[in-house]
Amino acid sequence: MEKIEPSTEEKPRIGVFICQCGINIGGIVKVPEVVKYAQTLPHVVYAEDNIYTCSAEGIASIKEAIKEKNLNRVVVASCTPRTHEPLFRNACQDAGLNPYLFTFANIREHCSWVHMHEPEKATEKAKDIVRMAAARASFLNPQEEAEVQVDPSALVIGGGISGITAANCLANQGFKVFLVEKEKELGGMLRNIYKFYPTDEEVSHILEPMINSVKSHKNIETLTSTTVKNVEGYIGNFVVTIAKEGEKEENKFKVGTIIVATGAVEFEPIDKYGYGKYDRVLTQVQLERILQGGRQALGKFVKPKTVAMIQCVGAREEKAPRAYCSRICCMVAVKNAMQIKEWYPDANVYIIYQDLQTYGKDYEEHHRKAKDAGIKFINYTRERPAEVTQDTGKKLNLKVYHALLGEETQLDCDLVVLSTPLIQHQEGKDLSKILKVPIGPDEFFLEAHVKLRPVDFATDGIYVCGTAHGPKDVGESIAQAYAVASRAAGPMANRKVRTEAITAFVNRDLCVGCRMCEKLCPFGAHKIEEGKSTVIEAICKGCGICAAACLRRAITMRHFTDDQILAEIKTAFLSESSVGGL
Amino acid sequence: MSEKPSVLVIGGGIAGIQASLDLAGRGFQVYLLEETPSIGGRMAQLDKTFPTMDCSICILAPKMIECYRHPNIKLLTYSELKEVTGTTGNFKVKILRKARCVDETKCTGCAVCAEHCPVEVPNEFDMELGMRKAIYMPMPQAVPRAMTVDKENCIECGLCTKVCKAGAVDLKQQPQDIELNVGSIIIATGFDQFNPVSIKEYGYKSYPNVLTALEFERWVCASGPVGGHLLRPADGRRPKRIAFIQCVGSRSLLKGGSPFCSSVCCMYATKEALIIREHEPDVEVYIFYNELRAFGKGFQEFVNRARDEWGVKYIRSRPGEIREDSKTKSLTLWYDDTLTREIKTLSNVDLVVLCPALVPRQGNRQLAEIMKIELDDCGFFKAKHPLFAPVDTTMPGIFVCGYCQSPKDIPDSVAQASAAAARAAEALALVQVGGAQ
Repeated sequence: MEKIEPSTEEKPRIGVFICQCGINIGGIVKVPEVVKYAQTLPHVVYAEDNIYTCSAEGIASIKEAIKEKNLNRVVVASCTPRTHEPLFRNACQDAGLNPYLFTFANIREHCSWVHMHEPEKATEKAKDIVRMAAARASFLNPQEEAEVQVDPSALVIGGGISGITAANCLANQGFKVFLVEKEKELGGMLRNIYKFYPTDEEVSHILEPMINSVKSHKNIETLTSTTVKNVEGYIGNFVVTIAKEGEKEENKFKVGTIIVATGAVEFEPIDKYGYGKYDRVLTQVQLERILQGGRQALGKFVKPKTVAMIQCVGAREEKAPRAYCSRICCMVAVKNAMQIKEWYPDANVYIIYQDLQTYGKDYEEHHRKAKDAGIKFINYTRERPAEVTQDTGKKLNLKVYHALLGEETQLDCDLVVLSTPLIQHQEGKDLSKILKVPIGPDEFFLEAHVKLRPVDFATDGIYVCGTAHGPKDVGESIAQAYAVASRAAGPMANRKVRTEAITAFVNRDLCVGCRMCEKLCPFGAHKIEEGKSTVIEAICKGCGICAAACLRRAITMRHFTDDQILAEIKTAFLSESSVGGL
Repeated sequence: MSEKPSVLVIGGGIAGIQASLDLAGRGFQVYLLEETPSIGGRMAQLDKTFPTMDCSICILAPKMIECYRHPNIKLLTYSELKEVTGTTGNFKVKILRKARCVDETKCTGCAVCAEHCPVEVPNEFDMELGMRKAIYMPMPQAVPRAMTVDKENCIECGLCTKVCKAGAVDLKQQPQDIELNVGSIIIATGFDQFNPVSIKEYGYKSYPNVLTALEFERWVCASGPVGGHLLRPADGRRPKRIAFIQCVGSRSLLKGGSPFCSSVCCMYATKEALIIREHEPDVEVYIFYNELRAFGKGFQEFVNRARDEWGVKYIRSRPGEIREDSKTKSLTLWYDDTLTREIKTLSNVDLVVLCPALVPRQGNRQLAEIMKIELDDCGFFKAKHPLFAPVDTTMPGIFVCGYCQSPKDIPDSVAQASAAAARAAEALALVQVGGAQ
């Protein structure tokens, strides 16, 4: 077992690199002054400033200094470790220094950006931050990232269009895929849908061959009427427990990666616009199911002389979880309005909308076609929504303030269709707990980074695609499905990944086996063996919850030891004059 | 097939970068082709990104550097695609590496040469709002960090050669032909901005206080031409009132306009409005829109925050005309408020930001001819099927991702980039399986 102690073998020789970040830091903090100050700090043998330390030039300068000045610790005072730590660690590694002998001082977010109107004080604070980082640096120890074997197999949860696409793509690349679907049949939400927009193709014509190719693929094991009960383990080595409906026995198998493609459901607008009270007030999905039966089925349900579709029902609300725009409803309404108009050319079809989301290349054209076909668009505002009542003759009376005309409009409708948002379902929320992956304020699964990691979870080896991630159309869902196939294929193709070096470490002499850490760990990294806690390092994310909670102080965080943190704190309160004598 | 499957990625923006990193990360050899001197693309020009308000270059730069240092990625910057023959698993590609006149391996990017260079020309990276020298680096975070000689403007005085301590400048350097064998190709050429000079009523290029959105991104960026200070371009005075106009040349059936919606303008205008309020909390900001399209994850919430907490004023209208006071250079917008049905004016506007259509790149047509693939009516690379094969082109083995396939934002471009990587890998896996039979 590794012992964590301050490094005493060699005297620290610290190099400090202070970034101007263009003018982000340099425009406020007097960087040359901070460089001079850093040169006076204990164990600091070298300090310089860079316009951008992260540039190829800055990186080269760090590497050169490590070699020439024989540095064994590196401090970069710049921006945030969130984006730049890997870069600087790699620079250290390239120069032959263990990457964990590097530490960050954030003088941008923590200093120049928040004190941009106080350059003098900001410069002093930057010195404090650098002094603290240098103090911490002298206590750093080398750390090693472990290598974990990755089983070249994937679990795809959800057999809708996203899950089917991801499964097929991975299977074609030779990976074993388990495709789990809770319903009896694959197909998901699309089973309820009549036609695709904007291509006007019938869903069943396309979906069935796709389902068949998945079912007959030699690398795909399709498990319908099946739910995921439990998942343990970590990237490369997940152990999945599944249960088939109606069977008592649960099954376990091992996979390397997990893809969440559990889709979404339509929000049910109970008590809105007479839904649930009047039988000719439907949701779009309910309408689609009728349309699936063709013109006759629609005619049997209602002779559509006047039809109104109301957008944003239960969406774009003031508060979460349904504050969002559901992205697809405007096009769904346009599509279904066009279908009714095609079958009943004399019908008056209205779309009552706030902002028509016919974005992108094809949908704007579709919007124009709908106008040409005679679909009427009525603009309403959130402040003055429509009202629907039913008279004795079963006509639905719809009143709405037409915001662009500035007048109240009355329609006697035979059918009112409510466009409601896609929402997360209970199974999705349950799954987020089983997988220990987050959901956002909109209750959809929350990716690692909204901009640059749209289909990764923060937890390695687990990915998300399709409407489980948020409302999107079929093309966008399929693009994301291919994207997760790429992300999951990476570690599976390599057969291995490197894992965190910053993990918890239990001193078994101090541990009394109280299980507090086991209960608190959000990743399930603590296991009690022989009455003492052990950490499964491949799972541990180094969050430190266990170390903070351990009453016996038996748990230490690698790279964040008490010594390192106390060194920072102590030096923070030193006056400038006493620093030299540290 | 060689032992290591290989892919050519065309375009070094965020989509091309992501596709390259995905493929390189699983052991593919990647050639990343970029026509300008540095990778980074449009995202590198942006000040911040919506809805997270991340500093754009700050989240992009680590990925650019990762491409640079990845053992499986070979960067081919300042290069052009000349010829493609062959099929999936065996494309033969000819590339022209233009003469950078600087040895990338020797140049340290110290830019001393640029200090001495006597020729100043507008900097394309700053949307020509700022100047650069004839020997230059387009941006401080350029990758590779090497200077480039702009031969069109270079007067061959030789000063750069003399002052370069690394001996990196070689004005006699010749363009180089490169031939590659690759298994698959991914196209990620991004977009251009429609030039609104043809929309005379907005006075772009005649009124100095009218900018386009991309110009504004550079204008307000700390690494931009005025150091990120919010100023009126006409006189450097502090603005008090700024207006954005949406759908300039987009959603338009007029000649020269684009019929499609660019998908991102409502959101980036909201972001730029917030940037303004962050810079100068007392500046009034108006966004003139037709239909507010906030359909992505967290977007509507972002707009709500801009409107309710940051006081950004959204007006549903397309202004018909902008007039300039020739003395003060301040602007007056004439518009028809569609919600109150009144003709109104907004006067004393210090800066108008036009949000023009983002259009397919001019060069797409030539690329399509070289690769024998189809473009759609608008000039985007045509997907084999818009729903079921969104990243496949009309030619097997050649894939497409990002804005050049159809308008989309950064996360959707990143997702499509990974998707194109998956499709390329899948196509090569299937070729191998086929070959073994």
